[in-house]
Amino acid sequence: MARIGVFTCWCGENIARTVDVEKVAAAVGELPGVRCSLNYKYMCSEPGQALIAEKIASEGLDAVVVASCSPHMHLRTFRKTAASAGVNPYRVEMANIREHCSWVHHDRDTATQKATDLIRMSVAKVLWDEPLEPIRVPVTRRALVVGGGVAGIQAALDIADAGYEVVLVEREPSIGGKMAGLSETFPTLDCSQCILTPRMVEVGQHPRIKLYTYSEVEQVEGYIGNFTITIRKKARYVDIKSCTGCGDCWNCCPIKRNPSEFDYGLGMRPAIYMPFPQAVPARPVIDKETCTRIKKGKGCGLCEKKCLTKSIHFDDQDALVTEQVGAVVVSTGFKLYSIGKEQEDGKTSGYGEYGYGKYKDVVTSLQFERLLSASGPTGGRVVRPSDGKEPKNVVFISCVGSRDDAKGLPYCSKICCMYTAKHAMLYKHKVHDGQAHVFYMDIRAGGKNYEEFVRRAIEQDGARYYRGRVSRIYEENGKLIVRGADTLAGAPVTVEADLVVLAAAMVPAPGVRDLARKLNVGYDEYGFLLESHPKLRPVETSAAGVFICGACQAPKDIPESVAQASAAASKALIMFGHAELTREPEVARIDEKNCAACFACIRTCPYHAIDRADVLTPRGVFVKRTARVNPGLCMGCGTCVAVCPSKSADLAGFTEQEIYAEVEALV
Amino acid sequence: MDIGYYPGCALHGTSNDYEQSARACLEALGVGLKEVNDWICCGATAAHSINHRLSVALPARNLALAERDGFGEVLAPCPMCSMELLKASDLMKSDGKLRQEMGRIVELDFNGRTEVLNLIQAFQKVGLDSIKAAVKRPLEGLKAACYYGCLLTRPPETLRFDDCERPSSMEAVVAALGGSAVEWNYKTECCGAGMTLANTDIVLELSHKILTNAAAHGANCVVVACPMCHVNLDMKQADIEKRYGVRHGMTIYYLSDLVGRALGLSDEALGIDRHFVYGG
Amino acid sequence: MTAVATAVATDDLRVAECYQCGKCTAGCPVAGRMDRMPNQIVRMVQTGDTEGAMRAGAIWECVSCQTCTTRCPKTVDCAGVMDLLRQLSAERPSPEQARHHTILFQHAFLNNIRRHGRLNELELVGMFKAAVVTKDLDVPFLFKDALLAPRMMQRGKLKLVGGSVRDRAVVGRIFDRCLRGTDA
Repeated sequence: MARIGVFTCWCGENIARTVDVEKVAAAVGELPGVRCSLNYKYMCSEPGQALIAEKIASEGLDAVVVASCSPHMHLRTFRKTAASAGVNPYRVEMANIREHCSWVHHDRDTATQKATDLIRMSVAKVLWDEPLEPIRVPVTRRALVVGGGVAGIQAALDIADAGYEVVLVEREPSIGGKMAGLSETFPTLDCSQCILTPRMVEVGQHPRIKLYTYSEVEQVEGYIGNFTITIRKKARYVDIKSCTGCGDCWNCCPIKRNPSEFDYGLGMRPAIYMPFPQAVPARPVIDKETCTRIKKGKGCGLCEKKCLTKSIHFDDQDALVTEQVGAVVVSTGFKLYSIGKEQEDGKTSGYGEYGYGKYKDVVTSLQFERLLSASGPTGGRVVRPSDGKEPKNVVFISCVGSRDDAKGLPYCSKICCMYTAKHAMLYKHKVHDGQAHVFYMDIRAGGKNYEEFVRRAIEQDGARYYRGRVSRIYEENGKLIVRGADTLAGAPVTVEADLVVLAAAMVPAPGVRDLARKLNVGYDEYGFLLESHPKLRPVETSAAGVFICGACQAPKDIPESVAQASAAASKALIMFGHAELTREPEVARIDEKNCAACFACIRTCPYHAIDRADVLTPRGVFVKRTARVNPGLCMGCGTCVAVCPSKSADLAGFTEQEIYAEVEALV
Repeated sequence: MDIGYYPGCALHGTSNDYEQSARACLEALGVGLKEVNDWICCGATAAHSINHRLSVALPARNLALAERDGFGEVLAPCPMCSMELLKASDLMKSDGKLRQEMGRIVELDFNGRTEVLNLIQAFQKVGLDSIKAAVKRPLEGLKAACYYGCLLTRPPETLRFDDCERPSSMEAVVAALGGSAVEWNYKTECCGAGMTLANTDIVLELSHKILTNAAAHGANCVVVACPMCHVNLDMKQADIEKRYGVRHGMTIYYLSDLVGRALGLSDEALGIDRHFVYGG
Repeated sequence: MTAVATAVATDDLRVAECYQCGKCTAGCPVAGRMDRMPNQIVRMVQTGDTEGAMRAGAIWECVSCQTCTTRCPKTVDCAGVMDLLRQLSAERPSPEQARHHTILFQHAFLNNIRRHGRLNELELVGMFKAAVVTKDLDVPFLFKDALLAPRMMQRGKLKLVGGSVRDRAVVGRIFDRCLRGTDA
């Protein structure tokens, strides 16, 4: 016979105002199996928990029902209390008489009756609760970090410095991401590469970081603590081990003029090239689309002949390697919204009225960074791409593609107000007699020292800020005519600019949706990866063991990306803190004797947590096929239970018998 | 091939030179224009400025008349007309209640069976390749500023024609005729539209800017596909010159004028000699 | 138009979504001569000052070029708002507006259509000028562009007798049905 203790909480006034708690406690005390029934003002408090522990001991309870708030709040708390007093934590049930009762009803009588009904259901269920044990999953204490920008670098260093191995996979030939291409960063105006490259070098030299550059994640198998990752190492055509980075090859390459990816098309690079001087690894790569030898299969080959260490191999092929890891951190970053043409999704469209792509002197913010950068295509001189002259009037336009329901994205890209102010300042620092004009809608400068930074651009560096959007840009006699509005003055404004910089929206990096599907991570309609909870779990995802950080989750600046990266690293380190992981045992299980091996469950499981398996005799003779749940992956959603035609699948802690018991208690 | 034809008030009035050249060049291309029986005014700017239901009813009546005549396609060379017809058509297609109400008001049913075309679309239907093959006198030396005005491409959701920020459909026709078009900046800037009489000041100001920009970019003529644009740029050119003390001397062609000329028709046959700015 | 009809129309035009970015003002070809900017007009409707908005001179300077609506990042139909305000203004013009040439022109235009089914241009000019002289007391206006008429006739562009619609009666009925019952 069960010995159940029911503890009904007042929750101060929250429950007691609407539900007659004393009456409820008295009523449920009469239920079969209930050994004792108490009520108390605050069950979750220390005295409240002490009460439960005390009753468990004095009454010899073997199951507990707490009638109070939502299990989301305190189920863990009460389970711990029960466990410490000797009751299996999975023989603890909570009846939600707050969110489901006192908070949504007004009438005291009916609410009291409903509370009693809810508790009766929980009592009926707890009678059938099995004393489950947590599932233990072994953990491979290695991490995979996908994306080698500042966020990925931070996460990799944190995990590696904690003593664990990290596999860092980066799609480009060098790590560094977008930050490596910036000139100076707000609000300190630190030289971007100066603060980043020491970190990049640290990654490159770290004994516990295995760096795969010019590589992508091909396939992901396994589950939390036990992932098998297949990585595709794209053919670089250069052996980075023997290569010394001397530069003879790229200096002799005859195909000199390809638009440089690093300079966003403003500069040129040869077919064999080093992405930028501070690249890590500091080794060149051959662009197979433009290299004569690779395209035609013969001819040229000058670089190979010149190379003293014989590091060039035109017969290089992509290679697949596998790595075993326990946790994955995704830090794939962002790219800019394509302003001048159709988008991948076909829902947004470009801004023909701004002339981007038509006029050389209309550039994006990242392109302007390259103009400002000392290592950029103009050596840090701000000049017009069309004629190389110094612009005396530069117009900066905010929110191009952001905050736009009609042709762009509805969200705010967060960083543009700050970097536009930065651009205005840096431009003025370089062109002393220049005038910056900024067209904005609002100024978003909420970070530390951010507001002061923007005011500096206006008050000290003389940037002229017009509150209004720009309708159209066109070129007359070499000048860009910018037709905007000054809504504060209540008039249209026309500026004749020499250069226009468009602050384009931030969107997730291309290919992120494919990667997310491989990892079972959700993404929103824009491709931003979904966090478990926007407030309380910003770096975890619905896929156990997979964490996210940086701009792949949402637009954000460098300080936030770095902070999130460390947060994601800490989540991985929590996992690595033990040789084994404990998982909640409320997972599905399949009665293999009964299973008809129709595999409907495998097809419907959203977590790919069910496998086909063979049932064998002890001597290895085949008996039958069956479906088998991987308790390491199962999230307990119950879909398999719903679809199983032979009723072989059931959910521990929420068995069909328990559900029916609850329903019968109610009827 | 015959198609339905909705001239609108302008083409039977002040801009009957536009009708003349449109009929002539389309006929030369084998397209006969059959006027919609007993058509009425589309309402133009006046209707949508004064009463919303009237602005839908007048076009609705015309669409229903075209349907009654059995036209699958109707050419409306005036973009004001074609825009009002398309707008009313869209509204009635998406709102069954409105469609029924309009049916009651205009005493005819609308079933959305007639497609409305502008002049450029008519040429596209004939096929630019066919037109090119039929050219007898390529328009060499022509440096046209193709002027679309407002209502050929805006609002894009209603008209679904060309690209309102970077249109190129007229340039394609000019190229097929052996002429060249200049790249200029006022392709879709308003000329003042129907304000010619009501607010001449605006028309002079806006049209002056258009003529100035066309010349600045090397055009030796401006090509239009709208009767209001033509009136504002051609008939009012003398007033513009007087007001701003500038000599524009810019010939304003209808697109059909150029097509007709290239096909070998005479200026008199096309009505080009009836323009206010005419060099002979 | 009733208050309800106005509210519904305003809703359809998505006035509530306007965040006052000013792109409409930036692209308006006649903003320079308006007493209120297009974004200010929308703002006034937003805050419930429809009365003030319909009294602005700007709504009758607007040339309906649709640039504002086309480029609006919030899909607010600014040109539609101008139309709505014009319709309200035409229903209840202020004394100043009742003299405004553009309103007089649009009324003359519609009366002309109502009578003939299609525009009779000569008559339109005559009625318009007469209205301007009597309502705005601008007598010189009678002679404006007078020299244009013979030049137009010379070019066969001015017909003394316009082409006509056979079923003119239905036009009258259409007008009646639309102009009455304005609370639909």
